[in-house]
Amino acid sequence: MNENLTALVPEIALLAAAVIGLLAGSWLPRRRQWIIAALAAAACVTGMIATAFTMAEGREQTVFSDAFAVDTATDAGRLTVLGALLLVGAMSVERMRHHRREAEYYVLLLLTGAGTLAMIGANDLLMLFAGYLLAGVPAYALAGFAKDAAGTEAALKYYLMGALLGTVMLAGIATTYGAGHATLYGELRTALPSAAYGLVATGLVALLAGVLFKIGGVPAHFWVPDVTDGAMAPVAAYVTTLPKIGGLIAAYRLLHQALPTSEVNWPLLLAVLAALSMTLGNLAAFFQTSVKRLLAYSTISQVGYLLMAVAVATRSDLAQRGLLFYLAAYALTNLGAFAVVTELPDARTLDDYRGLARHRPGLAAVLVICLLGLVGTPPTGVFLGKLQVFSAAIDGGYTWLAALAVTNTVASLFYYLRWLAPVFWSTAGDTPADAAGRWSAAVAYVAGAGSLALGIAGGAALPLTTGPLLP
Amino acid sequence: MLTVVVFLPLLACAVLLPVRRRLHDRAYSWAWIATSAADLALVIVLWAGLDAGGGLQYEQRARWIPGAGVSYHVGVDGLSLPLVALTCLLFLAVAVYSLRERRRIRSYVCLFLFLQTVCLGLFVALDLILFFVFFDLSIVGMFFVIAGWGHGEQGRAAALKFFLYTFIGSLALLLGFIGLYLAAFPHTFDMVELARADPLAGRGTYAALVLLAIGAGLAVKTPTVPFHTWLPPAHTDAPAAGSAILAGVLLKMGTYGFVRIAMPLLPAGWRAHALVFIVVGVVSVVYGALVALAQTNFKRMIAYTSVNHMGYVILAVGAAGVLAGTDVQARSLAVTGAVTQMVSHGLLTGALFLLTGALHDRGGTYEMDAYSGLASPTPKLAAATAVAAFASLGIPGFSGFVAEFQVFTGSLASQAVATAIALTGIVITAALFLRALRRMFLGPVRLPPAVGGEFRDLAATESFSIVPLLGLSLLIGIAPRFLLDVIEPAGRTLVELVAR
Repeated sequence: MNENLTALVPEIALLAAAVIGLLAGSWLPRRRQWIIAALAAAACVTGMIATAFTMAEGREQTVFSDAFAVDTATDAGRLTVLGALLLVGAMSVERMRHHRREAEYYVLLLLTGAGTLAMIGANDLLMLFAGYLLAGVPAYALAGFAKDAAGTEAALKYYLMGALLGTVMLAGIATTYGAGHATLYGELRTALPSAAYGLVATGLVALLAGVLFKIGGVPAHFWVPDVTDGAMAPVAAYVTTLPKIGGLIAAYRLLHQALPTSEVNWPLLLAVLAALSMTLGNLAAFFQTSVKRLLAYSTISQVGYLLMAVAVATRSDLAQRGLLFYLAAYALTNLGAFAVVTELPDARTLDDYRGLARHRPGLAAVLVICLLGLVGTPPTGVFLGKLQVFSAAIDGGYTWLAALAVTNTVASLFYYLRWLAPVFWSTAGDTPADAAGRWSAAVAYVAGAGSLALGIAGGAALPLTTGPLLP
Repeated sequence: MLTVVVFLPLLACAVLLPVRRRLHDRAYSWAWIATSAADLALVIVLWAGLDAGGGLQYEQRARWIPGAGVSYHVGVDGLSLPLVALTCLLFLAVAVYSLRERRRIRSYVCLFLFLQTVCLGLFVALDLILFFVFFDLSIVGMFFVIAGWGHGEQGRAAALKFFLYTFIGSLALLLGFIGLYLAAFPHTFDMVELARADPLAGRGTYAALVLLAIGAGLAVKTPTVPFHTWLPPAHTDAPAAGSAILAGVLLKMGTYGFVRIAMPLLPAGWRAHALVFIVVGVVSVVYGALVALAQTNFKRMIAYTSVNHMGYVILAVGAAGVLAGTDVQARSLAVTGAVTQMVSHGLLTGALFLLTGALHDRGGTYEMDAYSGLASPTPKLAAATAVAAFASLGIPGFSGFVAEFQVFTGSLASQAVATAIALTGIVITAALFLRALRRMFLGPVRLPPAVGGEFRDLAATESFSIVPLLGLSLLIGIAPRFLLDVIEPAGRTLVELVAR
């Protein structure tokens, strides 16, 4: 049995930093709590360097009885998650500095990040569920971290939905185990084709329930707008970005590795879910006036586009590349938009952004890049991701889905422009909004520039996303 | 070399942006003029060095996103170089004209420099994704021009309509591109390779769907009936400089897409459905002219004549796809006419829109009824408008005549009925231009009530921007060989590609 711990450096780094941070945070005076934040950042950077080593030296492997796979998808996912975690941490600095529970905040962030990483590499149903819990429970606490009414409601909603759908997922794992007599994906692949159809189908649907909750896809999306609106802006950025990366890669791996030859027509199921997510997310976003709610619904529709790649996981060679690249581009772009929201804590509605271009031209530029990026305007990263995903969908025989996605993209333009329009149309009376500080502004610039760079220099990043999944 | 031409304006913009607070507004405008002039000079050098019969030249190809089959591939031939030159000339004219602009001049200059890079990039792109990138960015850039410097609240609504409409078109285009990409083995977005491989030969329905997507996307941008409804409000509410670029350069992106992408990459599909394009072209010609005739707003009228003029182009490219009853010579004549028409329309409509801008600056309205007898207080304005209007309706001696003559001669052989119907378009345009000239420039002098005191004639900056455009149109009308020698070989190559 391969028990090579060096393959798990990123996960271990996050967990170790979390434990040390929790212990040290109890003793450090409040003005020195920033050390924990620095520790968290160091853990993320360590993880990224370790991942880069793994990629450069081709040390793909499966560890612990194949329960955890370190392969192309894991590496790309790790880089995205750790980079996104770093950005989320950086945009929280102003909000958290000298906060009574500063250390706890970063510890929770590290723990849920570790859980997300565990989901990405999970090659076994039980490992997947462990990752689900580890990513979920700290996130519930984060949602209510501000201890205000909206945050508490958000946390409760998040927790209840998570607990309910987590139980359903557990039932799905039990059913699948009953059908295939195994929890390892590799063994399920050989066992499931001969198992009873009903059992496999029921198990899969229940499993997907948990995943859909994580990624905030229809019909498990009800928590997304409330949590995004109720939680603090950096936390909202977190819950709309990182769990999606974990959940989507986990779903891709599960379907691609455990059910490639199953009789269950899961591609169609996923395609329908993708269609519903993108359409409902878009329709609900149309007339939102709160920027956070608008972004929340926009992330639901983005999940729809991402699910297209999962739907054709085994039907097109372009699917994996599209999914991994789109995830990275989406993470950067979405975080950029949320960083602007964090930077302007008093601007809660679309109207509050009136005249931003005059007072803060840099932030306005980031907002243009990120929102048009989310639409899929070239040359941003999301455009390239969409191109890949649409190509994969057509290649996999779902032309109708690609056409629907294009229609939805056009429709989405409407609400993104509703936000962008006031940014440029200043009237005499508007006053500049208060700024949070340098850190969140810096994150906004970095994310905006990154989103653009990923589109222009996509040729360098794409090869990192191609490579076989390990059984 | 081509890359330098394309990115020079963007580079200038990048240099100008950091020094934003220190320079005087005027310095900005002059920097813009210098950049555009340098770019035009570079294009003239390119033109002098072009071997007209040599196919694509000045090619540059670099790996961009090899994993996705996308490369940075640029080059020019006789179809694109005239449009590249037109783009540089129009931007220079607009730069000179904009010396009068006072509102937020820094962002204005940068936006136009950005647009120039985008437009040039589109015409030299030889990769579908590169083409698409520039296609979309042109929409974004023009959106901000109309929204930021257009006529108030109405301008914003028009900008939004323009954006939504053309963006939908661009996405249809993208679907078509993906269809082409998936059909080729190995998958590629490279136009040259796709034209060589002809991946959709013999795939009837699939090819038809791809052509439908690409055709619809380009038709929105061109625009043709029934996708033209975004055009009149966008033009009416855009600033004069924006209108000139929109009509002179951006509309050409649609028609250029037909000759660069739809025809050579989908030859079988084009031949099978050429009749659709012919019908759409003829309807655009007649409908555009008739609606223009009914306008009372001078700028809106010119906007509708654009629909009419682009209709001739669509008719010609459609006729070039019908093999029966015609020969290579007639078909390449039609294609040459189409490209000449693009250049001619760019020059003349650009000049006309700048003239309407000058009119609006003085009178504050575009309504034709508000003016009368302008020829006596403003002889230069009247003369320039009259020349532009006559040239635009296709009087011999100007570029419009050369273009339309070729279009009709080339199309007549196979499409006698369609050509005959399209000819009525010329009669209607002649009527509407003459009527407009009579109403506004002849008769007793009457000015809009908003004008207090004097009604100035064209200022130097306005003359210097408008007269060269008309002069070039005259030159093409009298001695067209320098242009046709470049277009004709490329047109013949295209016709052979379609006929294979």
